[in-house]
Amino acid sequence: MAAAAALEAVAPTGALWGLVHDFVMGQQEGPADQVAADVKSGSYTVLQVVEALGSSLENPEPRTRARGIQLLSQVLLQCQSLLLEKEVVHLILFYENRLKDHHLVIPSVLQGLRALSLCVALPPGLAVSVLKAIFQEVHVQSLLQVDRHTVYSIITNFMQTREEGPFVEELFEVTSCYFPIDFTPPPNDPHGIQREDLILSLRAVLASTPRFAEFLLPLLIEKVDSEILSAKLDSLQTLNACCAVYGQKELKDFLPSLWASIRREVFQTASERVEADGLAALHSLTACLSRSVLRADAEDLLDSFLSNILQDCRHHLCEPDMKLVWPSAKLLQAAAGASARAGDRITSNVLPLLLEQFHKHGQSNQRRTILEMILGFLKLHQKWSYEDKDERPLNGFKDQLCSLVFMALTDPSTQLQLVGIRTFAVLGAQPDLLSSGDLELAVGHLYRLSFLEEDSQSCRVAALEASGALAALYPIAFSSHLVPKLAEELRRGELDLSRGDEPTKRSRHLRCLQALSAISTHPNIVKETLPLLLQHLCRMNKGTVVAETSEVLAVCQSLQQVAEKCQRDPESCWYFHQTAVPCLLALAVQASVPEKEHSVLRKVLLEDEVLAALVSVIGTATTHLSPDLAAQSVAHIVPLFLDGNISFLPENSFPCRFQPFQDGSSGQRRLVALLMAFVCSLPRNVEIPQLNQLMRELVELSCCPSCPFSSTAAAKCFAGLLNKLPAGQQVDEFLQLAVDKVEAGLSPGPCRSQAFTLLLWVTKALVLRYHPLSSCLTDRLTGLLSDPELGPAAADGFSLLMSDCTDVLTRAGHAEVRLMFRQRFFTDNVPALVQGFHAASQDVKPNYLKGLSHVLNRLPKPVLLPELPTLLSLLLEALSCSDCVVQLSTLSCLQPLLLEAPQVMSLHVDTLVTKFLNLSSSPSMAVRIAALRCMHALTRLPTPVLLPYKPQVIRALAKPLDDKKRLVRKEAVSARGEWFLLGSPGS
Amino acid sequence: MVGGGGMGGGLLENANPLIYERSGERPVTAGEEDEQVPDSIDAREIFDLIRSINDPEHPLTLEELNVVEQVRVQVSDPESTVAVAFTPTIPHCSMATLIGLSIKVKLLRSLPQRFKMDVHITPGTHASEHAGHSTRVCQT
Repeated sequence: MAAAAALEAVAPTGALWGLVHDFVMGQQEGPADQVAADVKSGSYTVLQVVEALGSSLENPEPRTRARGIQLLSQVLLQCQSLLLEKEVVHLILFYENRLKDHHLVIPSVLQGLRALSLCVALPPGLAVSVLKAIFQEVHVQSLLQVDRHTVYSIITNFMQTREEGPFVEELFEVTSCYFPIDFTPPPNDPHGIQREDLILSLRAVLASTPRFAEFLLPLLIEKVDSEILSAKLDSLQTLNACCAVYGQKELKDFLPSLWASIRREVFQTASERVEADGLAALHSLTACLSRSVLRADAEDLLDSFLSNILQDCRHHLCEPDMKLVWPSAKLLQAAAGASARAGDRITSNVLPLLLEQFHKHGQSNQRRTILEMILGFLKLHQKWSYEDKDERPLNGFKDQLCSLVFMALTDPSTQLQLVGIRTFAVLGAQPDLLSSGDLELAVGHLYRLSFLEEDSQSCRVAALEASGALAALYPIAFSSHLVPKLAEELRRGELDLSRGDEPTKRSRHLRCLQALSAISTHPNIVKETLPLLLQHLCRMNKGTVVAETSEVLAVCQSLQQVAEKCQRDPESCWYFHQTAVPCLLALAVQASVPEKEHSVLRKVLLEDEVLAALVSVIGTATTHLSPDLAAQSVAHIVPLFLDGNISFLPENSFPCRFQPFQDGSSGQRRLVALLMAFVCSLPRNVEIPQLNQLMRELVELSCCPSCPFSSTAAAKCFAGLLNKLPAGQQVDEFLQLAVDKVEAGLSPGPCRSQAFTLLLWVTKALVLRYHPLSSCLTDRLTGLLSDPELGPAAADGFSLLMSDCTDVLTRAGHAEVRLMFRQRFFTDNVPALVQGFHAASQDVKPNYLKGLSHVLNRLPKPVLLPELPTLLSLLLEALSCSDCVVQLSTLSCLQPLLLEAPQVMSLHVDTLVTKFLNLSSSPSMAVRIAALRCMHALTRLPTPVLLPYKPQVIRALAKPLDDKKRLVRKEAVSARGEWFLLGSPGS
Repeated sequence: MVGGGGMGGGLLENANPLIYERSGERPVTAGEEDEQVPDSIDAREIFDLIRSINDPEHPLTLEELNVVEQVRVQVSDPESTVAVAFTPTIPHCSMATLIGLSIKVKLLRSLPQRFKMDVHITPGTHASEHAGHSTRVCQT
């Protein structure tokens, strides 16, 4: 037995010797895996492998030693889990010793150590010993990339569980040698690693521990002080990241240098990015110092740091004309914004100075600079909330600030007024700062500023905005001091208007309407302003005011703005809906029923433009209703249109019935647009009464040939409702109804164009929700492109399909709009369009190009770019098309393509140059501009391709320099400028 | 056009100059968007061509340094003439010639051929006042 066992042991050991020899001397790779497999299967032990290697490990030739260790390391990498603690200790001692060996051997040694670093059986203390040996014996920074990677793996493996304590500096050395990252990915890099990835990864390491601080901070200061822009940026950003983990202790010794470097960069830099990163770093530093907990006897570093900043920046603030005033203010604000404590310290120091400077400097532009700085500091205070009212640092300055703002508001300079308005709005946003007296005064100023003339437009807009913001905070001040004044102004305006047309009075009246809507930001104020606006409209209707379309539109616009403001608050939203919608419907219904005397407003209210404005108001007043309130409203409005039930309207004594679907009067039918505005804005889960009847009536009306406005409104209303219905039998039935009507209507006859409109809107409703039947309808539409009569309309229809509507089928109006519908439409339909184009006869080809242009135009450029090369030949052909829409869309597709794929495009440079230059003298200004932008983009092509064309292009571009339109000349100037620079040094 | 040297080192002739606000993009008017209405070449348009040229010494534009101002641009579209007066930041500015040349090259490249132009130093603002002279825009 014993003899047999001995024989068995000898046989595999003999095989082991053979394998080792083949690997080390025979330079074969295969045996390594074989040995590892045998060790794993227990045929022999690691010790036996070492014994078998014996002589090669001591061979005088370093290549042989390296090969021997390589075999052992490879075995260990596969079998490290089998090792006993005792074996690990021996192996580590062996490998540490080998680190002293020839440099050819080192890579294999590191591999072995990597295997051992993975061992669970690693006794404590050995990790430290291994790292010590590596750092002592090997100069890691000069290893090959793959070997450096091995070292980092060893470190990482140890770091998972073990302490890095004694090696902070070494670890820092081997990581920081990469800083700042200077890496350009090789072309066709399969890993897709970008420079930014490396920067962020290295930053994560460097900023991971405060223990690096003493080494890292000097390095960062050195790199900020260097001349290289990217190094400056990277250092400032890394400093910013470090502040998240550092404390006072780490920063203490470096604060003066850090401040000096940041200050110099912000004061002197030409780069906005350096400035922004410098300010961000200062902000983080201050925040870091503010965060640290102090011991009672320790020095407050924040205080001394801020003293430094104040000392270096304060005096520049007194020179409002000089270059350093803004950088100083920005530095102070970056620090002040870091914490409440920093804010208090800086503001209490700087504000008195700035207040004094304001009075010292008399010129408006200097005062403006000073007030802008004050505004910057005040804005910072909005971030902190103070428990105790008396602690708020601004309280002490309130009176001075207010009097200064009121001086600004009455200054002749519009610019100063503008800053004054913004400053007052910020003061007002501070809780409990302003007294009622301040507010009354301010409201008076805002009233005056709201009526400023055309040349101070920006000031007036700012005053309106500030009024809106402040009215939401101080509704009582505004309802008691501003609303009565505006109401009086409105009445006075009505009197003036009824006396006759005077432009200045008219514009004053418009301003009054705008001011009323601007302050409707609080529910209580809306309850006063909305009735004023509606009464005004009613008085116009009664004929006491001479009303023109523009007047009615202005009131509608104000109502629209009030409605938008009401959407934020459910209570106001319902109040607006309940008050305004019945009133507007009553006015419209009254205007549509025939009466003996025709007042002016009757006709005005039924105009396309006015109805569209009312549609917008009603839609806005409906979209944000809660479903149960919306259900209350729908129960009134649908019966109004279907049954003529007018009982809920505030004024409801009409001489004849309101029956828009039955009646022959076109006025009544036009009001279907208002029904559309309401039902198509309802939340999806609101049930619509008499839906079946309603849909049938709408389909009928949509193909009624007499009035395009009402038939289009009916088609849109039908489509809007269809889009929202849940999938099922009902949708299919309604759809069948529409398809039948469309097919009947498209056959030769009087209502082809109405049937086409219905088809278009129904298609849109289905495309938006990815309905399975939408493809049948789009195919029908594509087919119509070759229709001699409807072809051009069908081409334009593609624009409608791809664009966002404002009144129906909107996301805001709860329509089902799938996120990627345009991409999907593109994928589903472009092949058919391209095919149709090639098959079509010459006279209808432009229809296909135009349809395609609309699709391409509306597609997000990033989605389009990968597809464009396949469409390139078509696009080049489209450049010769005479249709402006096609030209414009083609140019706008080619322009980004030139920027993104210059290599592909350079194959066509000859065609492109010729066509673009031709189009740069197109009769259409938009085409000329687009063509010149393409000429500009052409300069991105490789210079050698372009140089032969340079003289010709520069000559040709001289012509558009003398274009009669300024916007064209501007593009010509920039395109020609770029062409001049082609091939010059530094370009 | 003239790159932002100066920051790298060495002493600036005028290290802390007065700076002026940039005027921002010219707002587009309804007339400019109307195909039919011709827009004549006016002083603002010429000013827009030259205001963003960088000063040779500062990372600032000629506009920010008030070297060029719209009021110092005289233009007549019908007569095809342009005159630009520029004001060096300090009377002994050694960069005056370079600034004048920069303005001139920019105008040569950007104006129609028919224009005759004159770029000169604002009288009384520089020790030597012959950095500018008149040229007809011509093709290169």
